[in-house]
Amino acid sequence: MAVHEKITIAKAINASLRASMDADPKVLVMGEDVGKLGGVFRVTDGLQKDFGEDRVIDTPLAESGIVGTAIGLALRGYRPVVEIQFDGFVFPAYDQIVTQLAKMHARALGKIKVPVVIRIPYAGGIGAVEHHSESPEALFAHVAGLKIVTPSNSSDAYWMLQQAIAGDDPVIYFEPKRRYHDKSRLDTESIPDPLHKARITQSGSDLTLAAYGPMVKVCLDVAKVAAEEGKSVEVVDLRSLSPIDFDTLQSSVQKTGRLVVVHEAPVFFGAGAEIAARITERCFYHLEAPVLRVGGFHAPYPPSRLEDEYLPGLDRVLDAVDRALAY
Amino acid sequence: MTVEGTAQRKNTRGGSKRTTAKKATPAKKASPAKARPNGRADEAEQDQLVQLLTPEGKRVEHPDYAIDLSPEELRGLYRDMVLTRKFDAEATTLQRQGELGLWASLLGQEAAQIGSARALRDDDYVFPTYREHGVAWCRGVDPTNLLGMFRGVNNGGWDPNSNNFHLYTIVIGSQTLHATGYAMGVQKDGTDSAVIAYFGDGASSQGDVAESFTFSAVYNAPVVFFCQNNQWAISEPTEKQTRVPLYQRARGFGFPGVRVDGNDVLACLAVTKAALERARTGQGPMLIEAFTYRMGAHTTSDDPTRYRGDEERVAWEAKDPILRLRTYLEAEGLVDEAFLAAIDEESEALGKRVRDAVRAMPDPDTMAIFENVYADGHALVDEERAQFAAYQASFVDADVLAEGN
Repeated sequence: MAVHEKITIAKAINASLRASMDADPKVLVMGEDVGKLGGVFRVTDGLQKDFGEDRVIDTPLAESGIVGTAIGLALRGYRPVVEIQFDGFVFPAYDQIVTQLAKMHARALGKIKVPVVIRIPYAGGIGAVEHHSESPEALFAHVAGLKIVTPSNSSDAYWMLQQAIAGDDPVIYFEPKRRYHDKSRLDTESIPDPLHKARITQSGSDLTLAAYGPMVKVCLDVAKVAAEEGKSVEVVDLRSLSPIDFDTLQSSVQKTGRLVVVHEAPVFFGAGAEIAARITERCFYHLEAPVLRVGGFHAPYPPSRLEDEYLPGLDRVLDAVDRALAY
Repeated sequence: MTVEGTAQRKNTRGGSKRTTAKKATPAKKASPAKARPNGRADEAEQDQLVQLLTPEGKRVEHPDYAIDLSPEELRGLYRDMVLTRKFDAEATTLQRQGELGLWASLLGQEAAQIGSARALRDDDYVFPTYREHGVAWCRGVDPTNLLGMFRGVNNGGWDPNSNNFHLYTIVIGSQTLHATGYAMGVQKDGTDSAVIAYFGDGASSQGDVAESFTFSAVYNAPVVFFCQNNQWAISEPTEKQTRVPLYQRARGFGFPGVRVDGNDVLACLAVTKAALERARTGQGPMLIEAFTYRMGAHTTSDDPTRYRGDEERVAWEAKDPILRLRTYLEAEGLVDEAFLAAIDEESEALGKRVRDAVRAMPDPDTMAIFENVYADGHALVDEERAQFAAYQASFVDADVLAEGN
């Protein structure tokens, strides 16, 4: 892998899995169609050919079974990286994730570790049928014992997955599926940021936009348009939702005085609610406006012909920026 | 294990008239795969029951499952069962005295647990439910360790790898998948260890159990599924879980299933040994249905008088696992008064040790709430721990101030 090559997020994840499997023979890849097919998004393309069926495992079509057996494999000393084919299909495994995976380390008073990584392609924007465009991250961030991360670019996709696999905690790694084929530079040589550190992707002074995963690109576009209108917008890529790097966000908001949180997931009880509450506590005397949120509605994810209206896009985020700046 | 409100469960059966000790009608060889309106064991199925020691304590042979134990081993099984029953009774008493918040008694299931667990090798791995006190005993887990979660001082707490005995699992059936995954790992490691997953008749309805059957069959994983069919899932009889005898479920998944007399410690030992041997030699999973009876309540929160009658219990009392082995040992002259007296003494000593240990069990430090949530730490846990510590310290400061005045 050449340094500084521009590659897609999907290829970066593939390279990351290869690097992890090369580095540690205990790393396994398992899921539906991850073998010969290379996954429905081809993220695991060629892995079974190179690492064999013993390490790249096509599983029966049963998500609870995938996560439950991954827990058993982890207890035996393996490091399974499981793929849930689509966000909307994770729920049969929700019980295993919440009642078993998240709590096992604590129940054993720290005497066992359960390093399972669950990769989930998530969120919308690909014109899919129902259950293929969900953003369930808040349902997992609410659960102690799990770590939740989501990259927005190829370099983060590459490094964050390896960091997740190398760690001893269960991690849910949400992959922004509509960005799978976006190309960005992959830096394989620099020392990566810590897994749970947020990053200021665009510097600004009037307002902070906090986003993650697929919405980071939207927010960067917003910052460009806002700049043309003479507004200086800072964009923070949170990268991690459990834990959230509130220190970085706090510094940003103390500088700009305004915060808009953007995510695809429904606003109600979403990540933005938690962020708004905590940033209000931390930055009360610095805030020039209430923390605003842009996200999905309290309605089922709509049929794909409506998703462009449903998803937060440039205009809806700009509208929130304007409202925040109007205070 | 639904801990809360079990006593409030509605009795939907309108009084139990069911008896498990049905008298035999002349043996008709019904097709075992045929669904019956009532999934109870009828005579044809009872023919399938592997038994090596009758309820009357008579030793019988089975064409597929032989066993040859030394007098020492036989006495050992008896001792295991008596001590396990004693420990269990002690725990029930401790719950009644308020020392434990809850207890799930294994009364009646001693043979199923001791027989199966004594078939295991040290390098085998056990995934229990929350009622496997006899299995834990055989694995060398200190009985007092089991009581922590029932007292409310931890949620498990022992090191599963010390005795290859995983934590008790309360969410019904979940552990069968962990066992299967663990067995897949054993297979990858190329060792000849085996894994055993315990579960019950209620759990057999769980999707996780079905998925564990599928995964273990597909990967030919070295796992034995040991189902203790104790006839009752809290208030629901087995016919609310299945229309076919549970052991027959295995066939549809592509591996053998067998029903064993769960109150016959010799049969449970012989069948489990054979199943483990299959697993070790690459022949894949097997399902054992140990046909037994939950003599007590589901847990100390339960009230079985609301849903089942005494006659059933009385019928099963005649099949008591400890009594039948004792009858056999005495008839064969394998035990004497001195041996039985020594077991009684040991039993009393165990009871006292358990009582003392539970009463001396300290409450955990408050800050234990924040411990081991993550292996590698978590910023939010650190923040909340610090905030809570500061909050608590504020009370200490107030006390100090008050004293100062």
